[in-house]
Amino acid sequence: MVLLTRKAEFSASHYYWNPAWSEEENVCVFGKCANRNGHGHNYTLEVTVAGDVDADTGFVVDLKALKEILEREVVSVYDHRHLNLEVPEFATLVPTTENIAIEVWKRLDGKVPGARLHRVRVYEMPDLFADYYGEA
Amino acid sequence: MKAYLTRRYHFSASHRLNNDAFSAEKNRVVYGKCNNPHGHGHNYVAEVTLCGEVDPATGMVCNLADLDMFARTNLLDAFDHMNLNTLKCFANLVPTTENLTIEIFRRFQSGFSHAHLERVRVEETGNNSFEYAG
Repeated sequence: MVLLTRKAEFSASHYYWNPAWSEEENVCVFGKCANRNGHGHNYTLEVTVAGDVDADTGFVVDLKALKEILEREVVSVYDHRHLNLEVPEFATLVPTTENIAIEVWKRLDGKVPGARLHRVRVYEMPDLFADYYGEA
Repeated sequence: MKAYLTRRYHFSASHRLNNDAFSAEKNRVVYGKCNNPHGHGHNYVAEVTLCGEVDPATGMVCNLADLDMFARTNLLDAFDHMNLNTLKCFANLVPTTENLTIEIFRRFQSGFSHAHLERVRVEETGNNSFEYAG
């Protein structure tokens, strides 16, 4: 079994807000991330898949195919978008780095032929990232 | 749903690797240029990984503001622009980056209660890093 990681990048805006709370509560918990005008990041996505090396091709997965899956399932949906306002899963879910990692996993799980999703890592910035390994 | 959150903190410090129980010659052999008498310094990066269930209300494993505040007091104020050899925790312990990693892990483990500490990884240079998970 070999792990293979592919990176992709997207830039998006977001804000943190829980509609069940008062404005004061939101500002207290989320600080400047609660600014309703939003702010943005250059996100880096690292998707790691696990699988056996194919004896004929020497590949775990076809990297071009994986790149296209990331583009279709995630980057085309998230890039240059406002996550809260334009991406359906964040209409009711706070788009923290943790939740983005979980939602990217859900978008990709079962869609990579011949390999198992091992980890989704999302960098909000170089010094902050979240990892999700599924619930297995 | 259980997720992992990692934050990287930068600090600069000096140290000298020297074991008082060794002879001067043995210290030079074991530690090489790290034993030079006046010490030397690094730009360290401490990578702190926490894990836990993502709180449905906040979407967070733990609040970064709490983590940053803890790191400010217990990591950056303690180590940044310091000579590690002069600190109480290294009075009887060689301040290798292995020992520094363990010390940082213990500080977070004993003092930061908002999420489970998974691992501490410290980069001494771009080419050397050390990990401790308890």
